[in-house]
Amino acid sequence: MKFAVVVFPGSNCDRDMYHAVTDALGEEAELVWYQHANLADYDAILLPGGFSYGDYLRSGAIASTSDIVLQLKEQASKGKPVLGVCNGFQILLESGLLPGAMLRNKNLKFMCHHEDLRVVNSHSMFTTAYADDEIISIPIAHGEGNYYCDAETLEKLEKNNQIIFKYENNPNGSVQDIAGIINKEGNVLGMMPHPERAAETLLGSADGLKLFQSIVENWRKAYVTGA
Amino acid sequence: MLQAPELTPEAIEENRVYQDMGLTDGEFSTIKKILGRLPNFTEIGIFSVMWSEHCSYKTSKPLLKKFPTKAPHVLQGPGEGAGVVDIGDEQAVVFKIESHNHPSAVEPYQGAATGVGGIIRDVFSMGARPIATLNSLRFGNLTNGRVKYLFEEVVHGIAGYGNCVGVPTVGGEIQFDDSYEGNPLVNAMCVGLIDQKDMQKGIASGIGNTVLYVGSKTGRDGIHGATFASEDLTEDSESKRSSVQVGDPFMEKLLIEACLEVIHSDALVGMQDMGAAGLTSSASEMASKAGTGMEMNLDYIPQREENMTAYEMMLSESQERMLLVVKQGREKEIQDVFAKYDLEAVAVGKVTDDKQFRLLHKGEVVTDIPVDALAEDAPVYHKPSKVPRYYEEFQSMTEYLPKVTEHQEILKQLLQQPTIASKAYVYDQYDSMVQANTVHAPGSSAAVVRVRGFDKALAMTTDCNSRYLYLDPETGGKIAVAEAARNIVCSGAKPLALTDGLNFGNPDKPEIFWQMEKSVEGMSEASLALHTPVISGNVSLYNESNGQGIFPTPVVGMVGLHRSVKDITPSFFQENGDLIYIIGETKAEFGGSELQNILEGKYFGKAPAIDLTIEAKRQATLLQAIQDGLVASAHDLAEGGLAVALAESLFAQKQLGCEVTVAGDVTTALFSETQSRFLVSVKQENQLAFEAAVEDTKYIGKVTNSKELIINHHHQSVIKEQVENLSALWKGAIPCLLKSKA
Repeated sequence: MKFAVVVFPGSNCDRDMYHAVTDALGEEAELVWYQHANLADYDAILLPGGFSYGDYLRSGAIASTSDIVLQLKEQASKGKPVLGVCNGFQILLESGLLPGAMLRNKNLKFMCHHEDLRVVNSHSMFTTAYADDEIISIPIAHGEGNYYCDAETLEKLEKNNQIIFKYENNPNGSVQDIAGIINKEGNVLGMMPHPERAAETLLGSADGLKLFQSIVENWRKAYVTGA
Repeated sequence: MLQAPELTPEAIEENRVYQDMGLTDGEFSTIKKILGRLPNFTEIGIFSVMWSEHCSYKTSKPLLKKFPTKAPHVLQGPGEGAGVVDIGDEQAVVFKIESHNHPSAVEPYQGAATGVGGIIRDVFSMGARPIATLNSLRFGNLTNGRVKYLFEEVVHGIAGYGNCVGVPTVGGEIQFDDSYEGNPLVNAMCVGLIDQKDMQKGIASGIGNTVLYVGSKTGRDGIHGATFASEDLTEDSESKRSSVQVGDPFMEKLLIEACLEVIHSDALVGMQDMGAAGLTSSASEMASKAGTGMEMNLDYIPQREENMTAYEMMLSESQERMLLVVKQGREKEIQDVFAKYDLEAVAVGKVTDDKQFRLLHKGEVVTDIPVDALAEDAPVYHKPSKVPRYYEEFQSMTEYLPKVTEHQEILKQLLQQPTIASKAYVYDQYDSMVQANTVHAPGSSAAVVRVRGFDKALAMTTDCNSRYLYLDPETGGKIAVAEAARNIVCSGAKPLALTDGLNFGNPDKPEIFWQMEKSVEGMSEASLALHTPVISGNVSLYNESNGQGIFPTPVVGMVGLHRSVKDITPSFFQENGDLIYIIGETKAEFGGSELQNILEGKYFGKAPAIDLTIEAKRQATLLQAIQDGLVASAHDLAEGGLAVALAESLFAQKQLGCEVTVAGDVTTALFSETQSRFLVSVKQENQLAFEAAVEDTKYIGKVTNSKELIINHHHQSVIKEQVENLSALWKGAIPCLLKSKA
């Protein structure tokens, strides 16, 4: 399986994502500069964290207007797995691929540490390797991770089982402790915590690896004959 | 302000305008002699920044020569953007520390942010990828509003810049003492990793080669920053606000990626950051180092503002700019790389053979100076030094012996002293994990960053207990180096080399110069004894406010190598039943201690003694024991002594406690700050092997699962408290001080 890691000016978790896929998972990945790329060449698309365009204007806002996002939308509409982490999640929100918006953390400060997450929905293509209600330790690192949506959107998210991860101890003020959501179709996941930083026990946790494993397993089931 | 209408050469001399720029009458005469004429306004500006202490080290140079700087594993010592040390596998570690004290005192957010940006550029200008930053910070006590503001905004600035640029902030240290109230210290260290074949230098060689200007446009910010950094801070300093530069970490991130791409092109000859004194220092130093000259046409300099003068362009310290020298005719391939990142790379000049630094602006030669006069041949001063009266008094005092009856109460107070208390409030705001290599994050003895793709890791730390240096700069200088090495060893790594961030008061005062001399002597001796040469550094003088100097604060930034990730050792207890040992004997040494601070509200007497032979031997023995797999955890004994170290060893795990027994004078056993000591825990099955391997070690007790810290003395417990309660005090102290209205 071949992953694209899209690199915007100011992305800074692109290599971490690349290594999680290639070293820890043993799959193929490429760093794809946001210009002159063809996302159709890849089986899954990863939007890494960082500060695309310096987070100027709003986090993810400028990146969401780049041409590659048009390609991203096209590929997503074909059912290809798309994962946006941290700034990648913010780009997915800004581009309308996922509903809602980010506010600044409730304490108005950047925060970086491990958080316990609850796997709320283990039936998505990103979470089948987890059990329902499994508690996993994944680092967060953000200043604007306070997820917000209106009551109507929240109701839809809940009704369609679109909430994938919730914080056990809400660090940032997110509505309903939300840490990660998928689109209605189930192939676009946005999350603030960084699974790519939790891919090796040496670094404190390997709980994020199952997320990438889920993507691979479900892709093989769907596309590889005899798998 | 200094960018007032330009004066004629005659008016500069007559009105002694050069004095406002920090030059003396003597220096002005020398300049006239060098040029054979009067300098014009641009030239005198250029001399003033290049001959400032910040750029020329004119006061500290004779002292810096004393540092041991060579060893077989040192690939690049002081003199380049950063020092370089061999770590095997054709790789090297690149590191340097730099101060940004004066800007941070005036505009703390931007001062600290641009400090981080500057040191990162020093590292990637060598061709290395920055893999970690650390910070060494000093503030006044958190009891007045101004200090709280400086503290919050410095931290905010480091976070704002470091998080965005994608280099993890993995460690550092913060101390609080009144001497820093008006003059905080902000020292930033950056560590980079490089394949040795990619090493770059800041040289302008090859006559006719092209000088490329890369990065942000030049504006009027930071003009005369280097001169500002070389004066005392006064009430007047607020008016220097425009000397502080403004950082753009997004631009820096683009520069990192573009520069690390162009190093693979053989069209690149040299690369240097435009740091202090901006375009002036980078250009003249690159030419001087190469034995060439340089000619630049300032009309081509990308400018942010209209009608900028030559003086303003040459003295601007606008951030995120680099100067490159590339082979003539191959500019386009380098420019194409920068264009990918939307960065300007503009040809502004060429390398010449006449060793002159020549600048053209609007069709006129505005500067023509022998380039060596600016860099290599800057003046050097040997300042008078004098033993301060306070030192003689301290040395003649009888040993200070504190009287303590409520040991548990004192431990609680110690844990809440801001210098000892948890700094989680600070480092939670830093992205310590980006790049996904951080094994030990901030809060450990030393930070540990693994080297991806190899079975090895790097340990890094910054240390300096300036209270000891105040009492006795020579002993304190030795301790600063030894403590850094101790922290590296505790993490399981072999200390490799150090970078020094020398922060002192006004060197024109003989007593301050004496502090500098003695500190450097002590550090040099310890560097030799512990085999950690000085490979880079920075000097920040005139750290005074309203006539009072700071404590002498020569910060030691040290890097060590784990020969395998298996050697990485935590600094806190691991498992119920593990045996606890102290390595090294404990004497009654309380001069400069945290306990003295609590009980007396000041520091006096003698600093703790240190024997470097014993220090070196104990470090080597402990490292060997760690490498042999005999040690479960290791922690150095520092501020607050054994009791604080025991408590800190329990705070990382929620389930553990410990019970230990001490002998002799209980206050000494618990709180003395005797040097060269370690607290280690050992698995029961390793007991015999550990005791055989490590001499002068003493068994004191066990790790338990009682969740209590118990210290016994003469069959009675002198301390018995829930770890949770101690931890709450330790964690809550700094947030609590920040919230209080006082």
